[in-house]
Amino acid sequence: MISVSGLVRDFGGFRAVKGISFEVPKGQILGFLGPNGAGKSTTMKMLTCFIEPTSGTATVGGKDIIKDSIAVRKQIGYLPESAPSYGEMTVVEFLSFVAEVRGMFGASALKAAEAMRETCDLGAVWDQPIETLSKGYRQRVGFAQALIHDPPVLILDEPTDGLDPNQKHEVRKLIKSMANNKTIILSTHILEEVDAICERAVIIANGSIVADATPGALRERSRFHNAVTMKVAPSDLEKAQAMLSGIGGIGNVEVLGGDRSTIRVFPKKGESIALKISELSKQRNLGIEELQVEQGRLDEVFRSVTKSEVKASKD
Amino acid sequence: MENFVPLFRREFLGYFRSPVAYVFIVIFLLASVGCTFFLGGLFESDQASLDPFFNYLPWLFLVFVPAVGMRLWAEERRSGTIEILFTLPVTMTEAVLSKFLAGWAFLAVALFLTFPLWLTVNYLGNPDNGVIFAGYVGSLLMAGAYLSVSCFTSSLSKNQVISFVLGVVICFVLVLLGWGVFTDLMASIFPAWLIDVVADAGFITHFQSISRGLLDSRDIIYFISAITVGLALNTMTLNARKAS
Repeated sequence: MISVSGLVRDFGGFRAVKGISFEVPKGQILGFLGPNGAGKSTTMKMLTCFIEPTSGTATVGGKDIIKDSIAVRKQIGYLPESAPSYGEMTVVEFLSFVAEVRGMFGASALKAAEAMRETCDLGAVWDQPIETLSKGYRQRVGFAQALIHDPPVLILDEPTDGLDPNQKHEVRKLIKSMANNKTIILSTHILEEVDAICERAVIIANGSIVADATPGALRERSRFHNAVTMKVAPSDLEKAQAMLSGIGGIGNVEVLGGDRSTIRVFPKKGESIALKISELSKQRNLGIEELQVEQGRLDEVFRSVTKSEVKASKD
Repeated sequence: MENFVPLFRREFLGYFRSPVAYVFIVIFLLASVGCTFFLGGLFESDQASLDPFFNYLPWLFLVFVPAVGMRLWAEERRSGTIEILFTLPVTMTEAVLSKFLAGWAFLAVALFLTFPLWLTVNYLGNPDNGVIFAGYVGSLLMAGAYLSVSCFTSSLSKNQVISFVLGVVICFVLVLLGWGVFTDLMASIFPAWLIDVVADAGFITHFQSISRGLLDSRDIIYFISAITVGLALNTMTLNARKAS
């Protein structure tokens, strides 16, 4: 559905996006991750035809973003960062305006706007000027504006930024409900969001893609993946350490302290150690109060891939 | 140009969604009455004509038109809605023309509302209504030229005040070029042919010839060219800096 090849964008002498390529198949929800200033928004602005790439191109639904930009824009619903809209217009005026520019006229524009009233729950503020609305409602108006023509492609720049936890939950539910028949790219720096809604995560740092995988696969890259955290009585600490040193496949062992002695055991790459530890501790009568297997941590993967990139570019 | 109508309507009605439009119109009408009767001395002149009004119009427009146009692009860039606008299936030409024409229509409304002046001179005497009509046509054309400059300066900055000041300065230069007092001053220094060329580039020269009742195609072409140049600069600026 979306195919990006070698997108580059310069601002003055600064190269904000350094040759990004990826494909998004129909129906996928792709999460764009990256530190602030990594080039996420710039890439999205190029895909939505707001700015032209310095070199490289992309196609959306088979149409080229440079040669056929109007056709591309017709297929995309776009929510820009912080959801700007014409503040002096009321919600219904604004949505009808967008519907008209999207090719609906008169009654059908109003009907499309009415449909958004339900979908985005805007009934309470329908006739109010947008500038008087709260951040949450403005974000919803931005959503409604992006969805009004039922586009096959949605591009959302930080859709949950500045919302409270309830509103975030609502927005995520909305995005997930649309996943069946739409291709969605969303940018965020909230990692739990990627876990909650994205099937695939692309991490960008300094204008280049540094990771592209499912959230699960990314987590496996974490050194915490399959690590075991166990709590034992302080008196058993030495006994436990002795036991662990006898198990194959164990890498580092960290004693974290705390009111109970907490030990974190890291496996060697590709090893699974949780079962071995629990079986052996039963045999040896070691009282384990708690035993937890870690999935791996996205934030740690995020930090390690984006930071190594920063270092590499400085060298 | 399929999207012209909704864009134009949004922009035109946008003037009336805030009290600013009404304030503008009231101030413009008060100022035009003030110029006509006090500065222009309509009664003292003892002539049934709107010359006192049209003589001061280039100076009134100098402040009034940049104030009407300053919002058009600066506000769009400041609030970020320009990103909404240009990710809708809208061409640059549609966007530039719809904004310009919406502003021009607003100025036409303001000009139309000066009709009590016309009623007054018709009540007091027998003016040449053909000349007055030509004067209004010239005023509207001149307003368009001022506005295209203001559209251009509005696209230069996110700040409406900066846009306004730049607009006033550029329009002031264009007014000055054709203003008798200025050209007389220059005539003592520069050769006559140069003065003619320079005066020909100014607004007043062309406006005065129309408002005398001569709807000369050269003057009309002058204003249309001025509008085209302003809007072309506006388009170029937007292409280069809409995202910055």
